Amino acid sequence: MADLKLTNVAKSYGDVDVLRNIDLDIASGEFIVFVGPSGCGKSTLLRMIAGLERITGGTLDIGGQRMNDIPPSQRGIAMVFQSYALYPHMTVRDNMAFALKIAGQSKEQIREATDRAGKMLQLTPYLDRLPKALSGGQRQRVAIGRAIVRDPQVYLFDEPLSNLDAALRVATRIEIAQLKASMPDRTMIYVTHDQTEAMTLADRIVVLAGGGIAQVGAPLELYERPMTEFVAQFIGSPAMNLLPGRVSATGDLTTVTLDGGGVAHVAIPTRAGDEGIRVNVGIRPEDMRETEGEALFEGKVDLTEALGEVTLLYFGTQGQQVPVIAKLPGIHPGLSGRSVRLTADPGAMHLFHEGRSLLYRDGVALPPYAPRAAAAPDHAGGAFSQA
Amino acid sequence: MELFWLAVSTIAIGVFGCVAWFWGSNMVLDAVYPPRGPRAGDNIRKASMIRPWLFLGPAILFLGLYLVYPVFDSLWRSLHNSDGSRFVGPGNYIWALGDGKFRESMLNNMLWLLVVPALATLFGLIAAQLTDRLKWGNIGKSLIFMPMAISFVGAGVIWRFIYEYREAGETQIGLLNWIVTRLGGDPQIWLTLIPWNNFFLMIVLVWIQTGFAMVILSAALRGIPEETIEAAILDGASPLQVFFRIKVPQIMGTIAVVWTTITIVVLKVFDIVFVMTNGQWGTQVLANLMYDWMFRGTPDYGRGSAIAMVLMILVTPIMIWNIRNARKEGR
Repeated sequence: MADLKLTNVAKSYGDVDVLRNIDLDIASGEFIVFVGPSGCGKSTLLRMIAGLERITGGTLDIGGQRMNDIPPSQRGIAMVFQSYALYPHMTVRDNMAFALKIAGQSKEQIREATDRAGKMLQLTPYLDRLPKALSGGQRQRVAIGRAIVRDPQVYLFDEPLSNLDAALRVATRIEIAQLKASMPDRTMIYVTHDQTEAMTLADRIVVLAGGGIAQVGAPLELYERPMTEFVAQFIGSPAMNLLPGRVSATGDLTTVTLDGGGVAHVAIPTRAGDEGIRVNVGIRPEDMRETEGEALFEGKVDLTEALGEVTLLYFGTQGQQVPVIAKLPGIHPGLSGRSVRLTADPGAMHLFHEGRSLLYRDGVALPPYAPRAAAAPDHAGGAFSQA
Repeated sequence: MELFWLAVSTIAIGVFGCVAWFWGSNMVLDAVYPPRGPRAGDNIRKASMIRPWLFLGPAILFLGLYLVYPVFDSLWRSLHNSDGSRFVGPGNYIWALGDGKFRESMLNNMLWLLVVPALATLFGLIAAQLTDRLKWGNIGKSLIFMPMAISFVGAGVIWRFIYEYREAGETQIGLLNWIVTRLGGDPQIWLTLIPWNNFFLMIVLVWIQTGFAMVILSAALRGIPEETIEAAILDGASPLQVFFRIKVPQIMGTIAVVWTTITIVVLKVFDIVFVMTNGQWGTQVLANLMYDWMFRGTPDYGRGSAIAMVLMILVTPIMIWNIRNARKEGR
């Protein structure tokens, strides 16, 4: 069994708290991704699970056993480093065999294990080469192979794709997804700052910010029902637009009069008495569309970026405030400099009061989450674990 | 006092002479090919072809005069008799082969060659690894490095006091004999104990060179990517296994450079033997033997030069290998 349980885990260097109150349950066989801005402690948390950093508070259990003081090699984990961390003086085969040699396995066992890993990762022709004679992608595969031969219960990945170029990153990402599919009972924890990797690989994403967990959930859950403005803006690219305003009518459909002059009807319930509170209406750029009728927002297009499949419109780039961005499908020539009216569906909008989503008012999301589109894939562990 | 002013004026002439040469010659060059006017580009190109030679010139001249010329002169002398008046061909070399003292020197040099680089590198490596992990490691490092600042002659004098002998019953002023008598042993004349006295001399050089090895190896150890060590820890390696199977192999190139550099120092060893035993009691080495024939008693330039040539031939291949290795490391 390889379920992980982090209870009130904390890390401090002297007086500086890097992480605190980390509570997380990871089920056996889950693919968990830690994301967050630089310096949020996601790599530190991974290294604490690995045993490379001391846990200064709380407990870490793997498979029901307390691991705080167990040496890294006995935790049943293997780690893949961002810089590959291959032993430069050993051949590919010796790199993969090192852990097995230390463990005192027989020559035949080692040979069999390295052969199998080599075949699995298409490294067979390179087994007798030194790492310096390999390309970046091959080196990363050797690093993964070094983890596989030990057959650990838990795989830890520390930004494994950051040193690869864009095309290779996509290819290796798919390889990692396939690797996980071939080992359904192995738990994987993956640290990245790339949200595409997080969205495509994860069963559940853990968003870390400011030394704590901001939200845990399935990728689309974080995308569709972010708990805070931070998560809302961190997941999705370009980031979600936030338009400030005041609640003018409550009920199942909340009406917000925006400071910019527009009106928003948001399908998030508010209570009687909420009239007049300050809120931010969140709209993802891709949910915005042009309209002739009542608009959320009207403005002059300062800049367009035509990407072919979509066109990005930037409003208010000159001013002090954060620019509003809209993403329209297809090609829209000649929009630059024109005034455009934009709106969005009530169900696609978010409502934040003092940084927190009004969906999660009493700590519980109402109504319970179900993916918006019927075709959305099923996500293991999609239930809320963050109370 | 006269000597003092002579020294001061020599230094002044040397330093200001250098400044005057580099400044003056470059000014002349710029005057001949001014970097302006209609032909500026052409002039700059010509000037930058000549300029390196202005800087290299003095070094080439003096290295040629004091290093290259003496090599050929030694070769010439080694093929002549004691005062250089008669050509004897390989006579001096044939003499050396049959000479007992020369054989003893060769043997001792080989012994030094095996023991000193190995011990100095080993102790340096251990010191580098251990001091890296200690809070007061830097103080330890300074202490271990300090002998490097002492001249070989100075070190020889210091260690002669450590091995100093007084008759039994008298107060022992030598550290080693003091310890031995305290432990109830008899005082020994350490430097006459054949063949151990050779090792007593070698310890002095090991003591000096360990600091050098430690500094270079410490830098190399710090250059090892931390992740490879962490990966080894995750792979289950013990600290000793990490050290011998991950760290040492990664700095093998540096270890080789340190080893060969010390080897060259060892082959040339002279001062320590000269000060401590002067080659008596079976401790003779090539450099001291050369000095004996060259300058002691009735000088025999032929034999002295022949020994010098042998020494050079021994050092050269190691030197070439060392330079190649160092270049490879630098890349």
